[in-house]
Amino acid sequence: MTFGVLQFPGSCDERDALAACERVAEARLVWHEETDLAGIDAVVVPGGFSYGDYLRAGAIARFSPAMEAVAAFAAGGGPVLGICNGFQVLCEAGLLPGALLPNEELRFLCRQVELGYEGTDSPWASELSDGDALSIPVKHMSGRYFAPDDVLDELESSGRVAFRYAEGQNPNGSARDIAGVTNESGNVLGLMPHPEHAVDPLTGSADGLKLFSSVASLLAAA
Amino acid sequence: MGPPAGQVATHRELGLTDSEYERIVELLEREPNGVELAMFSLLWSEHCAYKHSRKLLGRLPTDGERVVMGPGENAGAVDVGNGYAVAFKVESHNHPSAVEPFQGAATGVGGILRDVFAIGARPIAILDSLRFGELDSERSRYLLDGAVAGIGHYGNSIGVPNVGGEIYFEAPYEQNCLINAMCVGLARTSEMVRAAAAGPGNLIVLMGASTGRDGIGGASVLASAELEAGDDAKRPTVQIGDPFEESKLLECCLELLNRGLLVSLQDLGAAGLTSSAGEMASAGGVGIDLDVRKVPLREADMEAFEIMVSESQERMLAVVEPPRLDEVVATCQRWQTGSAAIGEVTGGGHLRIFDAGEPVGDVPVSALVDECPLYDLEPAEPEGWMYSNEETLGTQVALSVGRSADAGDPSAILPALLASPSVASKRWAFEQYDSLVGSRTVRRPEQADAAVLMLPESERAIGISIDGNGRRVACDPYAGAVEAVLECAANLACVGAEPLGLTNCLNFGNPEKPNVAWQLDRAVSGLADACRKLGVPVVGGNVSLYNETGQGPIYPTPVVGMVGELPDPSRVPGMAPRDGDELLLVGPFAPSLAGSELAKLRGDLGPGLPALEISEVAAAIAFVRELARSGAASAIHDVSDGGLACALAEMAIAGGVGLGIELDPLVELRGASGETCLFGEGPGGFLVALPEASALKLVEEAAEGGVGALRIGSCDGERIVISAAEAEASVALEDAERAWRSLPSRVDPGR
Repeated sequence: MTFGVLQFPGSCDERDALAACERVAEARLVWHEETDLAGIDAVVVPGGFSYGDYLRAGAIARFSPAMEAVAAFAAGGGPVLGICNGFQVLCEAGLLPGALLPNEELRFLCRQVELGYEGTDSPWASELSDGDALSIPVKHMSGRYFAPDDVLDELESSGRVAFRYAEGQNPNGSARDIAGVTNESGNVLGLMPHPEHAVDPLTGSADGLKLFSSVASLLAAA
Repeated sequence: MGPPAGQVATHRELGLTDSEYERIVELLEREPNGVELAMFSLLWSEHCAYKHSRKLLGRLPTDGERVVMGPGENAGAVDVGNGYAVAFKVESHNHPSAVEPFQGAATGVGGILRDVFAIGARPIAILDSLRFGELDSERSRYLLDGAVAGIGHYGNSIGVPNVGGEIYFEAPYEQNCLINAMCVGLARTSEMVRAAAAGPGNLIVLMGASTGRDGIGGASVLASAELEAGDDAKRPTVQIGDPFEESKLLECCLELLNRGLLVSLQDLGAAGLTSSAGEMASAGGVGIDLDVRKVPLREADMEAFEIMVSESQERMLAVVEPPRLDEVVATCQRWQTGSAAIGEVTGGGHLRIFDAGEPVGDVPVSALVDECPLYDLEPAEPEGWMYSNEETLGTQVALSVGRSADAGDPSAILPALLASPSVASKRWAFEQYDSLVGSRTVRRPEQADAAVLMLPESERAIGISIDGNGRRVACDPYAGAVEAVLECAANLACVGAEPLGLTNCLNFGNPEKPNVAWQLDRAVSGLADACRKLGVPVVGGNVSLYNETGQGPIYPTPVVGMVGELPDPSRVPGMAPRDGDELLLVGPFAPSLAGSELAKLRGDLGPGLPALEISEVAAAIAFVRELARSGAASAIHDVSDGGLACALAEMAIAGGVGLGIELDPLVELRGASGETCLFGEGPGGFLVALPEASALKLVEEAAEGGVGALRIGSCDGERIVISAAEAEASVALEDAERAWRSLPSRVDPGR
C-alpha cells in the first residue's frame, strides 16, 4: 500500500510524516497543486504552517487543489489522517467537526504528553485497544479544540473522540481534554499531537507508529 | 550621478570618521557620490568590516583535519563522514532586539538560517544564547517575552528545531540585551557551495522577497554605535521577518543547489545588496554590474542608494550561467518565490551600479571590501570592578523560602540559588520552541547537558552546546573565556561527544574604550589558548561591539557554540540518576566563590578568578567522554552555575529521587570551606551516577587516567541532603523542584 503525504508551501513535518509512513509501507509526497491521488491508498495531511498560516491556521490550505482531491478521497471512504496543522486544515475544510483555537496561554507549546485512546472504528486505530496510553509530543500555537456542547455530546456518544489528553495534561485548554476526533464513518482522523515524531524510542517514544501501522496492516490484509 | 546633494547624509552622519572619508577619496581618486558613500558607510562599519577586531581574530586557530569550510564563508563546516558535513555558525542580533525584541530576535534566527543554507546545508537545529537585565525590571521582562516569542515564531514556522541554549539575567544587560542565535545544518559535502562569484558573463540573480525600505542602515546605525535614549525612533531600521517567505526560499535554494543550477550563493544580511555583491565579487576576484531598477521593489520610488543598502529579509543572491536562467526562474516560480536577473559578473574588479542603464556608482571591489582601515586597540586593565554590586540574597531567600529564613543557612541558600533566574529551569522558554521537527532529536533541552541529534545514513550522532558566562569573563576576561570553551566541551563530554569545531560570537562594549579593549584582547587570547589545548578549530563566528549605553558596557560576553560527534546515541546518558545509584565527583574541580552565583547574590563580585590548568580539565573531559560512550553511567552532569549543590539538586529533580551527599573529602582535598564546596564554582567538575557495584572500578580507572574521582554519596529518599564540613544544606526534593521551576512566576509576576 502507498501513503500520500501532502506538501504545502510552509509545511514543516511532511518529511517526518513521510519517514514514519515509510517505516510501514510505501509513501510519497503530494505537492499542493496535484489533483490526482491515483495509486494512493491513505492520505496524511502533515503539520506545519501551510501558506504561512498568517490568516488563520489551515484557512488557506483548505482551498488548495490537493485538498479538493483529498475531500473526494475521504468521501469515497479513503483513510485520511490530519496531524496538527493537518487537523486544522481538515476542520477548516469541514471534513471534521469543530475548530482549533489559540492555546489558552497564548503561547506556542512543545511538550511530550500522554494520550488515552478511546475506542473508535477508525482504520488509523485498528492496532489500538480502548484505554491504551500513548506518549506523543504536542507542538502548536492553536491547538485548543472547540465545538459547541451539543456537537461534543454527539461526538462522545457516537464514539468519535479518538484521543484525550491524560488527566492533568491538557496542554492548551481543549474542550473535554479532546486531542483527536474522527468523522462519522471513522476514515478521517485528526489530532493535535504528532505521531510522526513518536516512531523511534531513541527520539522519545515509538507509540505514534501504531497509527501508521494500523492503516498499513488493514489495507495490506484487504 | 547619484541622488541630488542634500538628500544624502554626510559621511559623519553615516558613521564614517573624517580620516576614513579621506581614505575613500584617496582610493577612488575623487569624491564619492551619494550611492557610493552609502555603500562605503555600511561596508566600512564595525559590523561588516570588523575594523576593531580583525587583528585579534587572527590569534584563533582555524585549522583542523575535519574542517571543510573555515572562517570567511557564510558558515563554517566540519566533516562527519559518509559524505556529509555539518555546517554551523552563531551570530548576534543584539541591537535590533533591544529596540524591538520580537522582530529583532525573529530576524536574527532568519539571518543565521540563511547563512547556513547559503552553503548548501539544510538547517537541522537552532540554539540560542540570550542575556537580559534582572527580571524584577519590567523592561527585561518585556524584552525576554518578546525575544523568546520571536525566536519561536521564526524557527517553529520554518520547521527547524530549537534544541538548546541558555539565558542569563544580569544588570549590565538591562539596556542592551544580547540575542545570539546559532544554526546547525547538514549538507552532502559534494553539494556545498562557496560564496565566490565566478565566470564573467554569468548572471547575478536576486531571489526571494522584494526589496523595501525596511532595515535601511541597520548595520551602521544600530549595530555599530552605542544605544542611546530615544532609540525607539530607530525602530524603522529594524527588519521585519517573514518565515513563510524564508521557508519557500530555503526549499527553493536547496533544490537549485541539489540540481547543480547555481555557480554560487550568498545571503543578503547586514548592508543588503552592497555587502552580498561586494563580498561575492571580492571572494571571486571579479567585478559585478548591477542595475537597481531590475530589483523587484515594494515601493516604486526607492532611490538607488536605498535599494543598495536595504536590509529587507528573506533574500539570496546567486550566480547563474546564462543557459540555466530559465530553469532557475521556473524553480523559483514553482516555490512561489521571486527571482530576477539584476546584473552580471564582469572581469573588471569593480562593483558598478546602474539605475535603468544610467551609471550611478562605480567602486573598486577591493576598496569597498578589503581596504577599510583596521584599528589597533589601546587596552588598559581596569583599576577595579567596573560593574555594580547589589546584595539580593535576602530578597531571594525570602521569596523562595520565607521571610524568617536565615540568609546564611545553606538550607535557605540552596533554594534561593535554584530559584535565581539564571540558574532556574528555562522550561518556560524552551517549551515555546519546537525541539522535535526533523525527528532527529535524541536529547531535548534539560534531558542532558548537550543536545544530541542523529545523523542520516549512519549509526552516529552529533552533540551541540552553546555557552558563555559573561559574569565570569568580567571577573577575568582571559580565564572566563577559557572557561566558556571548557564548559562547552564539558557539556559535549557528558553526552560522549568529541568536539569537531567551534563558532563564537564576541559580544563586547565599545572597543574604543581602553577597559573594553582590554577585555576583548584578553578574552580572545583565552579563547585561542583553550581551543589550541583542546585541539578544536574555530570555523566561523561573529563580533558584536558597542554593546553599551550611558550606564556602561555589558559584561564581556564571548558566546561559544560547539559541535561534536559521538558513536552511538542509544548509549547517551541523561541527567536523571536512578534510585540507589552511587554518586561520584570526577575531575580537578576546585570550587571558589569568586564570580559565582552566590557571590553575585551577596553583592560580592570583584576582579579575579582562580588560576586553572587547561590540560587537567581537558584530561577530565576526555575521561568523561569515554565514560559516557561506554554506557556504564546512568547519569552525568557537569558542575556549573550555582556550584555542586545546584548541580546535585538538578540531578535529583531530573531523577525524582533524593540524595545523601558528604563533601568532606573535597573539603580536605581542596582546603576550601564547607560553604565554598557547596556553592563554589569553577571548571572541571563532573557528577557521575552509576550502580554502586561499578563505583570502585570507576575510581580506579580515573586514577589510572590521572583524573581524580571522589565517592560522595548516593541517591535515595525524598530529601536533598548535602554536607561539607560545618555546612549542611537539607531541602525536601519537592521544595527544591518548586524553587527551580519558579521562573514563570518571575516572568509574569501577576500569576
